Amino acid sequence: KVLSIQTKSKKTLARPNVKNIVLVEGVRTPFLLSGTTYSDLMPHDLARAALQGLLHRTAIPKDVVDYIIYGTVIQEVKTSNVAREAALGAGFSDKIPSHTVTMACISSNQAMTSAVGLIAAGQCDAVVAGGVEFMSDVPIRHSRKMRKTMLSLNKAKTLGQRLSLLGSIRLAHLSPELPAVAEFSTSETMGHSADRLAAAFGVSRVEQDEFALRSHSLAKKAQDAGLLQDVISFKVPGRDIVSQDNGIRPSSMEQMAKLKPAFIKPHGTVTAANSSFLTDGASAVLIMSEEKALAMGYKPKAYLRDFVYVSQDPKDQLLLGPTYGTPKVLERAGLTMSDIDVFEFHEAFAGQIMANLKAMDSDWFAQTYMGRKSKVGTPPMDKFNLWGGSLSLGHPFGATGCRLVTTVAHRLQKEGGQYGLVAACAAGGQVSDTHVQHSLVVPAMIAFCTYAKHLYEL
Amino acid sequence: MMMVPPRTHVSYELKDDVAVIRLNDPTSKVNTLSVQMQAELTEVMGEVWSNGAVKSAVFISTKPGCFIAGADINMIQACKSSEEVTSLSREGQKMFEKIEKSPIPIVAAINGSCLGGGLEFAIACQYRVATKSRKTILGTPEVMLGLLPGAGGTQRLPKMVGLPGAFDMMLTGRNIRADKAKKMGLVHQLVDPLGPGLKPAEERTIEYLEEVAVGVAKGIANKKVSLTKEKGFMQKLQDTVMGLGPVRKQIYKTVSDKVQKQTKGLYPAPVKIIESIQAGVEQGGEAGYVAEATNFGKLAMTSESRALIGLYQGQVICKKNHYGTPEKEVKKLAILGAGLMGAGIAQVSVDKGLTTILKDTAVDGISRGEQQVYKGLNDKVKKKALTSFARDTILSNLSAQLDYSSFKSADMVIEAVFEDINIKHKVLKEVEAVIPPHCIFASNTSALPIKDIAAASKRPEKVIGMHYFSPVDKMQLLEIITTDKTSKDTTASAVSVGLKQGKIIIVVGDGPGFYTTRCLAPMLAEAVRVLQEGVGPKRLDALTTSFGFPVGAATLADEVGIDVAAHVAEDLGKAFGSRFGGGNVDVLKTMVEKGFKGRKSGKGCYIYGKGKKDKSVNPDAEEILKKYKLAAHPAISTDSDIQYRLVSRFVNEAVLCLQENILRNPVEGDIGAVFGLGFPPCLGGPFRFVDSFGAERLVGIMKRFEDIYGNQFTPCQLLLDHAKNPSKKFHK
Repeated sequence: KVLSIQTKSKKTLARPNVKNIVLVEGVRTPFLLSGTTYSDLMPHDLARAALQGLLHRTAIPKDVVDYIIYGTVIQEVKTSNVAREAALGAGFSDKIPSHTVTMACISSNQAMTSAVGLIAAGQCDAVVAGGVEFMSDVPIRHSRKMRKTMLSLNKAKTLGQRLSLLGSIRLAHLSPELPAVAEFSTSETMGHSADRLAAAFGVSRVEQDEFALRSHSLAKKAQDAGLLQDVISFKVPGRDIVSQDNGIRPSSMEQMAKLKPAFIKPHGTVTAANSSFLTDGASAVLIMSEEKALAMGYKPKAYLRDFVYVSQDPKDQLLLGPTYGTPKVLERAGLTMSDIDVFEFHEAFAGQIMANLKAMDSDWFAQTYMGRKSKVGTPPMDKFNLWGGSLSLGHPFGATGCRLVTTVAHRLQKEGGQYGLVAACAAGGQVSDTHVQHSLVVPAMIAFCTYAKHLYEL
Repeated sequence: MMMVPPRTHVSYELKDDVAVIRLNDPTSKVNTLSVQMQAELTEVMGEVWSNGAVKSAVFISTKPGCFIAGADINMIQACKSSEEVTSLSREGQKMFEKIEKSPIPIVAAINGSCLGGGLEFAIACQYRVATKSRKTILGTPEVMLGLLPGAGGTQRLPKMVGLPGAFDMMLTGRNIRADKAKKMGLVHQLVDPLGPGLKPAEERTIEYLEEVAVGVAKGIANKKVSLTKEKGFMQKLQDTVMGLGPVRKQIYKTVSDKVQKQTKGLYPAPVKIIESIQAGVEQGGEAGYVAEATNFGKLAMTSESRALIGLYQGQVICKKNHYGTPEKEVKKLAILGAGLMGAGIAQVSVDKGLTTILKDTAVDGISRGEQQVYKGLNDKVKKKALTSFARDTILSNLSAQLDYSSFKSADMVIEAVFEDINIKHKVLKEVEAVIPPHCIFASNTSALPIKDIAAASKRPEKVIGMHYFSPVDKMQLLEIITTDKTSKDTTASAVSVGLKQGKIIIVVGDGPGFYTTRCLAPMLAEAVRVLQEGVGPKRLDALTTSFGFPVGAATLADEVGIDVAAHVAEDLGKAFGSRFGGGNVDVLKTMVEKGFKGRKSGKGCYIYGKGKKDKSVNPDAEEILKKYKLAAHPAISTDSDIQYRLVSRFVNEAVLCLQENILRNPVEGDIGAVFGLGFPPCLGGPFRFVDSFGAERLVGIMKRFEDIYGNQFTPCQLLLDHAKNPSKKFHK
């Protein structure tokens, strides 16, 4: 058996003097439409559930972990270091330091690569990384004027001063400040940007609807076939046990065609049906040095080999990260597109995925904007997001990265491949009216996994 | 058989049942409604209308950044009589009327400038889609050329945007951005500009605009898109109110009064615009169209229109670099002195992407200067012309410092330190010790000869004058001064930087006061004399503004600064002798001694309160004037005489500058006087004024003054030459 697998396998990507770092396990809570079963929780509750799930799956002693890192986008101000609150609540040793990172939709990618960095630097041997997003409740603030008045009130010494401050409050002071719908630097919402991007690459409404339908259909199939093994069951206090994602809804082209554009009206192409939706959810992965993992008797799921972050113009290219990042990470590893067995790309919008595919297929784009001689090339669709994606499974901004990496590992295992590639574009996470938005992005992250089956099934 | 020449400006193709008509003038950077364009348009429309398969049409320009920039000015200028222009206007009206009454719906797809005749064309169409690009601007700038929208604009706009909106557009001529145009009801739908895709961004944006417009055209043809918009409550209310005759009458009156107040009756175009609109609204379409065409013809023949068109064309010339491409592009600019001027120069430089150092000798100085730059940009943020993010990015180009660090990588240094030759020499030497060999040293002085400053330089070929006008971010003019030793490449660099800063540029020879200050000085000397003769500041201001100066002479002196005026008067007085006399310089000096330095000190000829318009005559200044009182000569002290005393000295000095080769040509002379000193735009500048007023007549007037005041009014030789030979003109 060993022999047969090894003949199938290509070269190893291990590099001299670089530690092998492995993914031991990855789990996530079911991803739910925000405002549904999780609506009364707090963000750290979800993160706690993911951490407890990981503890349960790996049976790792609670004091063996050296460090915990969580990614999140919209922060609950009471638990701004949500990593620490969740870790304590999940029963990890209070001696384990934890910190929280934020990098829009690739926040948990950042958590994972930070973990890789800590291990590679010899600081740690076992790190838990994860991500959480809770859109059922977001911090809504008083207006700046009101905040200023309230803060001055604290300092007011006499009754007269207090009364005069209270008297200065006007109706306008009372209008609340919602988390920004628009990107800070460009004042553009994510959906708006995605619609423009789709138009720039000539992506039609039909193409977008078809891709969204594909995502939902594949997700449904994967769910029904029990392939989504990273999902753990979660007993929500006061509610039932939740054990599967609730946003997967395969529809028909006819029904999707009926929807009106959500952002650019009346001629836009991005609709509620071909965008990812506002989601609550959390994820967690256990990352270790290979040495330590083997010493503890684990069978790691994958090597984490390499990663690249890239940034572009936040106005016109913000969702094009995968196009820029993919060739870079392939070149670093000395691989080509055809070497990759499994692709997992984050699906923020169907239009954004299609635009990236078109950009990767264009010599002109590669020459004009990337300084390349020829096009990047597109991933074959029979290897691409085969178990659904963010459009159908949901997209809790901070948690998606870990889902992508865990899915790659599971798909490599299931499909018998060796190399997998993850790509995600990111933004500063913002909320919009009806549907999702992660807003703007700049950096994209590509993590690299190679399946370790041939080694550990001995 | 006759050969039909191939069409070069207009083409069309059928997309399903939509005729997509594309405009592009291959001979120019912009599309205009030239003879050729109009002829081809008419031809194409004929074919489209006679094709039964066509159910709707889209007009679009394939030229980047331009839909149609307006009518062809040359066409109007070529006309010899107002009747000829009127018939041009009638033809335009008829062409657009056909489009308005088209049997199939026509959609105008607008990207880039849609101005004047271009806008009139667009509003004749049934529907308008525009890109939200910064380059997309709509407007009726005809009034700025002394004309009116002569192809149905005065008739269609009031119906489209309401009477107040139409007056605002046509009387101010201002540019309207796409989002504002949508709010006003000028366009129906907006399309976002696209970023890079599979084609260059703008090319794809135009293609996208076309796709959207074709979709809309189909929608209108099959009644899925409605042309009538549901009116909101406010709209209905406004319509009802506007339906009342007395209300409209009141509006005409208010607008006319306002126009009269602002133009002092010197500009005929606004009056004719009001007339034409009124005729259409009150007496119906046909009367309106006739009034529009007739008034258009009349306006085209006025000297005001010629003057304004001359300024427009001159400005185009002065926005080009006639000295070639500089060997090394200036990327890093250092400015010495963070005062009003220095900070102003910094502001217009950073926002064009120049890395800018602002150096001063004191922390207070740079703090004040940085705040000025910040405020200038932040005001734009408040007006939503800039995002706060863009403001921050722009400000990152600015470095304020006290020392000469990193001057070693500067490409150009502009000094804006105190106007004292010794200080200028000192900084020149300090700077030359630290800058690289290619770096240019520019002096922002308003009167000191550049060759005197360059005398202290080791490399005078790199020394040049760059005279900015205050406030730098508002005043469009930049006067560049070259000495005999200034190299051509240095000039090319200075012009290139000025153009980058958005300036209109004149390049003049070196001499005391160069061109602008030299023209202004005798006029101010005369103004002081007039004040000494007992004409109060208010009356002096009224006399100058009613002649067409935007700012009165007394207010101007306060704005420039009485101390600066005194300084300049003394310096130039020394250089030019009694010819620059008139008023007593001691008047100014005494005022400065008492602290009346003009607006900046709160007191000058006037006392300035907190509000912008809050000013009253300074009684102490009047006391000083009484002390220096002169007897007025009754023979030359009528209002009109006083006006000509002021203006003739200005004009004569300008002509003398041309005679002495300080000026290279009359065009730059006119542009410099109007954009730098506020010479009446309706007169088109001193040279055009001589042409239209008549040199002989001007010389005659000056001789009368000369008899009493002597050489200050002696006409220069060149002016005398023109007086002798009436066929001699400064402008052809």
